[in-house]
Amino acid sequence: MCLAVPGRVLDIEERDGTRMANVDFGGVVKEVCLEYLPDLQVGEYAIVHVGFALQRLDEESAKQTLELFATLGMLQEEFGDPWEMAAETGGTLPPEGEGARL
Amino acid sequence: MKYIDEFQDPDLARRLLDDIHSTVTRPWALMEVCGGQTHTIIRHGIDQLLPEQVELIHGPGCPVCVTPLEVIDKALEIASRPGVIFCSFGDMLRVPGTGRDLFQVRGAGGDVRVVYSPLDALRIAQQNPDREVVFFGIGFETTAPPNAMTVYQARKLGIRNFSLLVSHVRVPPAIEAIMQSPSCRVQGFLAAGHVCSVMGVEEYPELAERFRVPIVVTGFEPLDILEGVRRTVAQLERGEHTVDNAYPRAVRPEGNAAARAMLEDVFEVTDRAWRGIGVIPDSGWRLSAKYRDHDAEYRFSVDGIQTREPAECRSGEVLQGLLKPHECEAFGTLCTPRTPLGATMVSSEGACAAYYLYRRLDLTPAPREASPVV
Ligand code: SF4
Repeated sequence: MCLAVPGRVLDIEERDGTRMANVDFGGVVKEVCLEYLPDLQVGEYAIVHVGFALQRLDEESAKQTLELFATLGMLQEEFGDPWEMAAETGGTLPPEGEGARL
Repeated sequence: MKYIDEFQDPDLARRLLDDIHSTVTRPWALMEVCGGQTHTIIRHGIDQLLPEQVELIHGPGCPVCVTPLEVIDKALEIASRPGVIFCSFGDMLRVPGTGRDLFQVRGAGGDVRVVYSPLDALRIAQQNPDREVVFFGIGFETTAPPNAMTVYQARKLGIRNFSLLVSHVRVPPAIEAIMQSPSCRVQGFLAAGHVCSVMGVEEYPELAERFRVPIVVTGFEPLDILEGVRRTVAQLERGEHTVDNAYPRAVRPEGNAAARAMLEDVFEVTDRAWRGIGVIPDSGWRLSAKYRDHDAEYRFSVDGIQTREPAECRSGEVLQGLLKPHECEAFGTLCTPRTPLGATMVSSEGACAAYYLYRRLDLTPAPREASPVV
């Protein structure tokens, strides 16, 4: 939840008087509120936290971060099925080689 | 150096490390405030790549971990009521309350839903006008503005069946509390980058000056952490204590003005209890009087809750940097992610979980002075 992920604005529309955008996070597209970055434009990158764009980011750093997050499986952590993940943490041990050896 | 090849730019990582190694002349203890940073550090073994004199102490910056048990119990109580749709971020599902968690409440028939954004919860309220929709509003200065905006929207659109169970926390008072503790060993702070992208850095110079402690705004990718450590150590070696921004690509000095204005409108500063730590004055936000209609604590009477903390859990000391997770007796035995005793083992940003997932149990005893005063 505390993770903030960079994403690229695909399109922008007004909904209920609020500026909303579809934002692409390395393949996953989510709806994002632009009220805190009202002049963000299509094609720009921003750091997005729980569905809100909070700060502009240049393309180069955004892409690097996304690549890193994808490698580390953090995008899955942020956008995967939370019920499945909760069930997993409750039901299985960490993968072989990564976990604590007891 | 097993880990360094995994860095995004191993050459740069090596240069930063070399610089730190050649700068340091005596022991320094730095605290990384943010739980995301703790995970990066443990996952990449950064603490082991640093010179022995540089110790990283893990801070309290995990919102899930510091949410007080009483608030978790209130959430569980509200979520169990008929007619309620209880919405939360996924990381709260397994956080133990007294005796159960949200995952189990849903198993027992409660309508608990996971949302990606608080605005999703607001939409659920719009679609279910005959139900009460409650969103679990926890988190630091990064999560508070989205939640504030959602309450603002609810009011603007006249959505009356939406409320927030709010337990927001603020970083600067926590830094102050840590520095004031008699057992404090922290000599420099890696401040949480994304908190600063909202709040800017204005709150820090006074703290840096008063406690003569360098505060370096730091991102949470491996290279960001190395750069944050490098700059903090350089200041300490020079005897300086200023605020420095090592994460300028995401942090402007003034933060995000629109978000800060919304926070001021919707919330007011209040004392807040931190799980395992206790009450820190002015360390939280609650809804201001204007928005009280949307405060779940006013809407549902959930007083008189009896909380019970597991006696074995020492997460309070872990959160204050007084104890490393593996020094807790229950670590890895009584307490695992499968059977967590404390939130620090459940949360994806918790220090105990980080140690369990990424750190072999090579139990290096902490230096003597690191032992908690109990
Ligand atoms: S290992 Fe478990 S019991 Fe020990 S402090 Fe961490 S969460 Fe609490």
